[in-house]
Amino acid sequence: MEATVTTANNDEKTWGGGDIQPLGASYGKMMMWFFIVSDALTFSGFLAAYGFSRFKFIETWPLADEVFTHFPFMHGVSAPMYYVALMTFILIFSSVTMVLAVDAGHQLKKTKVAIYMFLTIIGGFIFVGSQAWEWKNFIKGEYGAVETVGGSLLQFVDKDGKRVALEEFAVKLPEQREALTRADGKWFMESAESTPTYSVAEIQAGFKAHPELLIRTEHLTAEKKKTILSRAESESRLTTAKYVVEGANLVRNEYGSKLFADFFFFITGFHGFHVFSGVIINIIIFFNVLLGTYEKRRSYEMVEKVGLYWHFVDLVWVFVFTVFYLV
Amino acid sequence: MSHEHVSNTKRIWFVFALLSAVTTVEVILGIIKPGVLEFNHFLGLNLLNWIFYILTIFKAYYIVWAFMHMEGEKSSLRWSVVSPVIFLVLYLLFILLTEGHYIYGVFKDSTIKWNF
Repeated sequence: MEATVTTANNDEKTWGGGDIQPLGASYGKMMMWFFIVSDALTFSGFLAAYGFSRFKFIETWPLADEVFTHFPFMHGVSAPMYYVALMTFILIFSSVTMVLAVDAGHQLKKTKVAIYMFLTIIGGFIFVGSQAWEWKNFIKGEYGAVETVGGSLLQFVDKDGKRVALEEFAVKLPEQREALTRADGKWFMESAESTPTYSVAEIQAGFKAHPELLIRTEHLTAEKKKTILSRAESESRLTTAKYVVEGANLVRNEYGSKLFADFFFFITGFHGFHVFSGVIINIIIFFNVLLGTYEKRRSYEMVEKVGLYWHFVDLVWVFVFTVFYLV
Repeated sequence: MSHEHVSNTKRIWFVFALLSAVTTVEVILGIIKPGVLEFNHFLGLNLLNWIFYILTIFKAYYIVWAFMHMEGEKSSLRWSVVSPVIFLVLYLLFILLTEGHYIYGVFKDSTIKWNF
């Protein structure tokens, strides 16, 4: 079957690769498929690299359930998975409106195509916005942790194993920090924002003052829970603390393995970039639909081609969702 | 397509329902994490993760076949798109995961402190 829609005159066909259709698809559509192949391999490379690093640190990898626990308007409630499930539904739904637009395009129903394209664009914007919110929470962090000289991460829990935030126990010691001045020529080294709220000494003093606190290491037990040390072990481990870690950046994060945050930023960021460019392309096509460009061509194949790209973005998300949040 | 463009709306909504249902199942399993599934392994992977991966492939199949309308393309196009991806990805996963596991073993059994 000719997957393309025939155009009215032969001049236009030249642009579309002429009459010869190697795989029964028009030039544009076939090339969109092969672009998707290469892009799929790129994403596979990223996800496989994530798997590689995770296998390397299989015993200390952070638990997704403990990292992504936020839901809008539900402060302090641990709601793992719900938000990202919502994002998944949003993206699947925008895929549905996209395929409905393609379907309406086959029947040359301009208004319907425009409406469905519009809904797809809205869905895309909501998804990108949701991802920004997810990033904000990830970067801000919730509890804070300390990093030891050896590079492992220590988190704080109470007797019941519940996480305790740094501000709940850290003491305020008289200021030991010195503000850098430009005269020191170090103005570029550290900005006030990247300096943690507490110093290591303040955390250590606070820990000493709260005998009920324990330290949780990155190590996973056989029950896939993080190991909690005894009070004596906790105290000795804390003496090796070197940095106070709040939230996440590309250097260190309070969730655990440094690579975890790096891959999170990189892969969801790259996917989010795809969604964003998809939205932009959809907007261009949407205006073309409104202007009647495809109506004049008697073919809505362009809608189909951007549709392929849009579904591909959804497809990638299905895998990112599994790999980052479920497994 | 040469065969008349009958509206596929019914099938689209069916696939939507299917994908939503599968996602819901995944989320429920992800929240409950039944111990029976999580602590029993098959070929080195726990049953829960097997389920997640199988459901993911299932969803991917429906997105490509129904939404991207691969089912309507010529089989030459289908194969030239799908087979390179499948084989290259399988190879990539095989080699990287094997090596990742090997490095894990090396650092577990040695005294090297590894922190990046």
